Amino acid sequence: MGSLNLTQLKAKQHAKVLELDGGYAFVQRLEALGVRPGIQITKISSHFWKGPVTVLVGKTKIAIGYGMAKKIKVMVK
Amino acid sequence: MLSRESKILLIGNPNVGKSAIFSRLTGAKVTISNYPGTTVGLSQGYMKFRPDEMGIVIDVPGIYSLVPLSKADEVAVDMLKEGDVIINVVDATNLERNLFLTLELKEKKPLSIVALNMWDETRHKGIEIDVEKLERELGLTVVPVCGITGFGIKELREKLVNLKKTSKKVLTKDQKWEEIGRILELSQTLHHHHHTLLERFEDISTRPGTGLPIAVLVVYCSFMLIRLIAETLIENVFEPAFTNIWMPFLERISSLMGSEGFFHDVIIGRLINGNIDYGQSFGLLSTGLYVPLAAVLPYILSFYLILGILEDWGYLPRLATQVDNFMHRIGLHGYAIVPMILGLGCNVPGAMALRLLENRREKFIAATLMAVAVPCMAQIAMIVGLVGERGGRYVALIFGILFLIVVVKGVLMNTIMPGKSPEILWEIPPYRMPHPKAVIKKLWMRVTEFLKEAVPYVLLGVFIVNMLYVLNAFDFLARIFAPVLTGMWGLPKETISALMMGFLRKDVAVGMLAPLSLTTKQLVIACTILAIYFPCMATFVVMLRELGIKDMLKSALLMILTAVSVGALLNIFL
Repeated sequence: MGSLNLTQLKAKQHAKVLELDGGYAFVQRLEALGVRPGIQITKISSHFWKGPVTVLVGKTKIAIGYGMAKKIKVMVK
Repeated sequence: MLSRESKILLIGNPNVGKSAIFSRLTGAKVTISNYPGTTVGLSQGYMKFRPDEMGIVIDVPGIYSLVPLSKADEVAVDMLKEGDVIINVVDATNLERNLFLTLELKEKKPLSIVALNMWDETRHKGIEIDVEKLERELGLTVVPVCGITGFGIKELREKLVNLKKTSKKVLTKDQKWEEIGRILELSQTLHHHHHTLLERFEDISTRPGTGLPIAVLVVYCSFMLIRLIAETLIENVFEPAFTNIWMPFLERISSLMGSEGFFHDVIIGRLINGNIDYGQSFGLLSTGLYVPLAAVLPYILSFYLILGILEDWGYLPRLATQVDNFMHRIGLHGYAIVPMILGLGCNVPGAMALRLLENRREKFIAATLMAVAVPCMAQIAMIVGLVGERGGRYVALIFGILFLIVVVKGVLMNTIMPGKSPEILWEIPPYRMPHPKAVIKKLWMRVTEFLKEAVPYVLLGVFIVNMLYVLNAFDFLARIFAPVLTGMWGLPKETISALMMGFLRKDVAVGMLAPLSLTTKQLVIACTILAIYFPCMATFVVMLRELGIKDMLKSALLMILTAVSVGALLNIFL
């Protein structure tokens, strides 16, 4: 399976984070919440009209804005 | 190691329960809720650690790492320099992410202790932590605690006093994550566990298909409950108390004072058709007490009860994701709903929570919208009381107009102002059963705060009204503002007195409309304008601090412009 971004992932799919494709602050903020390359995440849901994507990282649920989610590259197992 | 002057900092990720532990250690009263960002400022309290020795404990807003990414983070990181000892509060159900900050802190301060909070939740979640191994591998003292129930706090106190310096080893970011992996491998075992009812509900309220209807239902039920509880309290407790107990007492004093005269009118109020009228007499002991205690207090009680349950349950961050879409259209992101909801109680804490928002643009938009279209509960209670007499649909009309203003003004500001709304990136905490004791404690704290803040100012407001009437000061202002008041808004010029009072207390201001015998249309216009034209003094001061002079002036100009144009439009179209 090739790489996708987080918005393309379907609900309940598991994936591995490949890359955070953004600036310093973007990478820092996501890593602080536990989203970093190599980590396993599970998508919970996305909202219509380019709404936020919610994911499960470890035991934490996070809401990520659509634009940010697009910059998170993942690989489905 | 601790001395009289020791500063003890409570540091940890957002929403790990620092404030609950702070409150346990110091006995100080602070707001504790289940959402990240409850604490926006520094709270300070004293803790006794030996019979006659005290230390200063500081509750620091939550941070994920020591690399500051926002102003709020900077404040927290700067505090580190001042602290002597750190209590690193860690969410035991989420060790991996939390330990990153722990390792960072260990590099900075040799004296720290780890409080493993939410210990009670680990068992249901199938998490088994070997505290001894964790202590050994981390090289720090670790104490399992539960801030809400108080479990482990005594041990935390004792171990805090005998803390030993730790060795430090500086690691790179990747090394830290590796080290965390190694530590958890040795000290934590995860068991499979069945989904609890709460967890299942968590899932359905996050999915958009079911989440949105649930959000609508939760908000609707909350408002219905707030109204039901408040009205029941008014009908069965507050009205009877004021009519059957307080009124005969006032009547006796009134006749003793001769039923008229300056002092009588200030203290008891003017008699309306020979009787004291709580709505119209405007004496200190009549209207001055009736407004805050009988009209507003029941709504404050029921609003904060329901809000407290929603907060502790963990619903607010979910609501934030559901409304994120809409909020982007008005230049904000979903989490901006949190200050708005707090603002419905009182705009002052609402304005303080503006700090949760990332940038200046967002803060500006949120502050302007809050000041214009989020009336506080005191004002809402008075509007419901006064306008409700003319029919519930007029109350609905006022709130409909306010909502329309939010949309139109938000979209306009979002279009005109350069830049765009930032993306939401927020942790969604698990649902937790609200702890009845904690809910009551928070309610009590907020209600006493209201009584301490509101009653003196309402009395002051009523006193000022009396003085200004005696001095005929309103006549002068009324003449100046007549072109706007009468010409554009179609209101009698006497309403200027209410608009003036609105700077001090909006509830008293709405109450001042009662004796003016306005038509329903005038009443709707006057109440709407009172809500939008300017925030009360207390809110203004906080907003000024959060926005700075320049932005506040711009925002104030927008408020006045909105009031003038909305008033004129309503006068034409209603």
